[in-house]
Amino acid sequence: CPIHQCPSNRKEWADLEPVPQDDGPNPVVKIAYSDKFTDVYDYFRALLKNDEKSDRAFTLTAEAIELNAANYTVWHYRRVLLQALEKDLREEMRYITAIIEDQPKNYQVWHHRRMVVEWLNDPSEELEFIAEILSQDAKNYHAWQHRQWVLKEYKLWDSELEYVEQLLEEDVRNNSAWNQRHYVISHTTGYSDPSILNREVQYSLKQIKKAPHNESVWNYLKGILQDRGLSSHPGLLEQILELKETHCSPYLLGFLVDIYEDSLENTSGDQVEVLSKALELCELLAQEKDTIRREYWSYVGRSLQMKYCSDDPSTTSSAPETDRGSASVSVHQETTCNS
Amino acid sequence: MLDKHADYIAAYGSKKDDYEYTLSEYLRMSGIYWGLTVMDLMGQLTRMNQQEISDFIKSCQHDCGGVSASIGHDPHVLYTLSAVQILSLYDNVNVLDVDKVVEYVRGLQQEDGSFAGDKWGEIDTRFSFCAVATLALLGRLDAINMDKAVEFVLSCMNFDGGFGCRPGSESHAGQIYCCTGFLSIAGQLHQVNADLLGWWLCERQLPSGGLNGRPEKLPDVCYSWWVLASLKIIGRIHWIDKSKLRSFILACQDEETGGFADRPGDMVDPFHTLFGVAGLSLLGEGQIKDVNPVLCMPEDVLERLGLHPDLLS
Repeated sequence: CPIHQCPSNRKEWADLEPVPQDDGPNPVVKIAYSDKFTDVYDYFRALLKNDEKSDRAFTLTAEAIELNAANYTVWHYRRVLLQALEKDLREEMRYITAIIEDQPKNYQVWHHRRMVVEWLNDPSEELEFIAEILSQDAKNYHAWQHRQWVLKEYKLWDSELEYVEQLLEEDVRNNSAWNQRHYVISHTTGYSDPSILNREVQYSLKQIKKAPHNESVWNYLKGILQDRGLSSHPGLLEQILELKETHCSPYLLGFLVDIYEDSLENTSGDQVEVLSKALELCELLAQEKDTIRREYWSYVGRSLQMKYCSDDPSTTSSAPETDRGSASVSVHQETTCNS
Repeated sequence: MLDKHADYIAAYGSKKDDYEYTLSEYLRMSGIYWGLTVMDLMGQLTRMNQQEISDFIKSCQHDCGGVSASIGHDPHVLYTLSAVQILSLYDNVNVLDVDKVVEYVRGLQQEDGSFAGDKWGEIDTRFSFCAVATLALLGRLDAINMDKAVEFVLSCMNFDGGFGCRPGSESHAGQIYCCTGFLSIAGQLHQVNADLLGWWLCERQLPSGGLNGRPEKLPDVCYSWWVLASLKIIGRIHWIDKSKLRSFILACQDEETGGFADRPGDMVDPFHTLFGVAGLSLLGEGQIKDVNPVLCMPEDVLERLGLHPDLLS
């Protein structure tokens, strides 16, 4: 990197009167900046003030960005110059690629890239570039938003499910990738075809076997089934009960509660057994398996009790909860209705 | 330790060689809002220079009505909200041309109901929240198409009950705060699946007691705000283990310098200081004023304005 000369030392800036930082009419603070930062930004302010649209202004935006890539006003000005000076947008793509590589967790750089892609109407580099960024941090929220935009805008769905699977191979706990799986399928085949739905259920169960303590896969499984009803998916309860023996987790137990609840909601006939199992699980979760969320599990138990217990609910200690946080209302007495 | 935190904030920006302060100029208006709000919550607002700040804000309003982060920066809805929040603390919104602020916000609404952050068109549910929060504080919610705005925010609800920045975006606690806050102001909280979202939110609590923003991420004290406020809004704050969270938040304090960091042992800053203190307020900490979970401002300020955004029970 060549030795930088502050703008104030460069001949080509001699005509411009730099504008010092203005912190307001009565600045309380006297701030010391690094010399280069002060210099570059003093000249930047001068250019803005004069609304100068020149190559030297364009070059200076790059220097200002290098010093502070979060400064959104500099990015605005750079875009104005890109258009006013009819700059080479392919070159700009190379520029923004380098900046994002260096600072991938910044709103401005991604929005800038999107604008350039839109101006060029050319997404051909995007999926590969984003994959590269995600290979450094597979959960980069900005990168994922940009990817979703590219996919939808330019209809580039073809290889995305494959890409998602690859990421899940690398880290089955990547919540962003699970979200993306839902995004891709929702925008392509959808979930209404039973063979697709079952494929996804079986895929999820397979991932659960690999890593049982994985919030994302359980959220996904519940998410794709909840509209149709968890208890209505053929064979699912049996598969979960089987998994319970070898790959148990608080998530699995919670999911069982959800299946039982759905069954209580949507099946007629003898509910006592199902309710009893559900309440037992809530108790187990509250007291032992997920104690940090005991208030939640107590609430679920009480709600089930109130809704499905055929006895008068006031015979059990299931008083409605107030928002003040509870004294711990034990679910223990409520595992059956026959108290 | 509140006095130490107040000292930290009062002195922030007055240290001579503060490069960090310079670098954050592009968000200065929000920085001032964080500092003033936490000082007010600790009953120490009078230590800040109201006149200087009001003058500063006045110089940051542009012709289009929007407010910028600092002098010489471009307007943006984020800093427009921060400016209105600051002036509301001082009961002095007329430092700004309020009609022009309203015009600016109205102009950011898109056809699909979403809001851009500024004229460059970035769409994000954060900006939906900023728009309605600004207008609510000014008593001008009528200025936008609320039905469309609600429609867009609801289109960002995901299969897990959470919300992201745009339709399809991964659920994220910060975005969830913005969307539940938005729905509260819009009077549409009944559209939230409170049990499902409440569960997702209380799942953010890790064994350490701290809260993360999405599954499998690290805890951060600012999520003590985003997650906790969201839970309060949807009436399920008791689903968090409060004493464990409180311990985590307190561990994020720096006993030497004052202020809070994102997690124990890291460098402090005003952003995490506000959200640590605000989180403690939501947990019922006696020495801190009550904070409103929707607007992240002292309840007594909103009381004065007659603002009572909905909360679920």
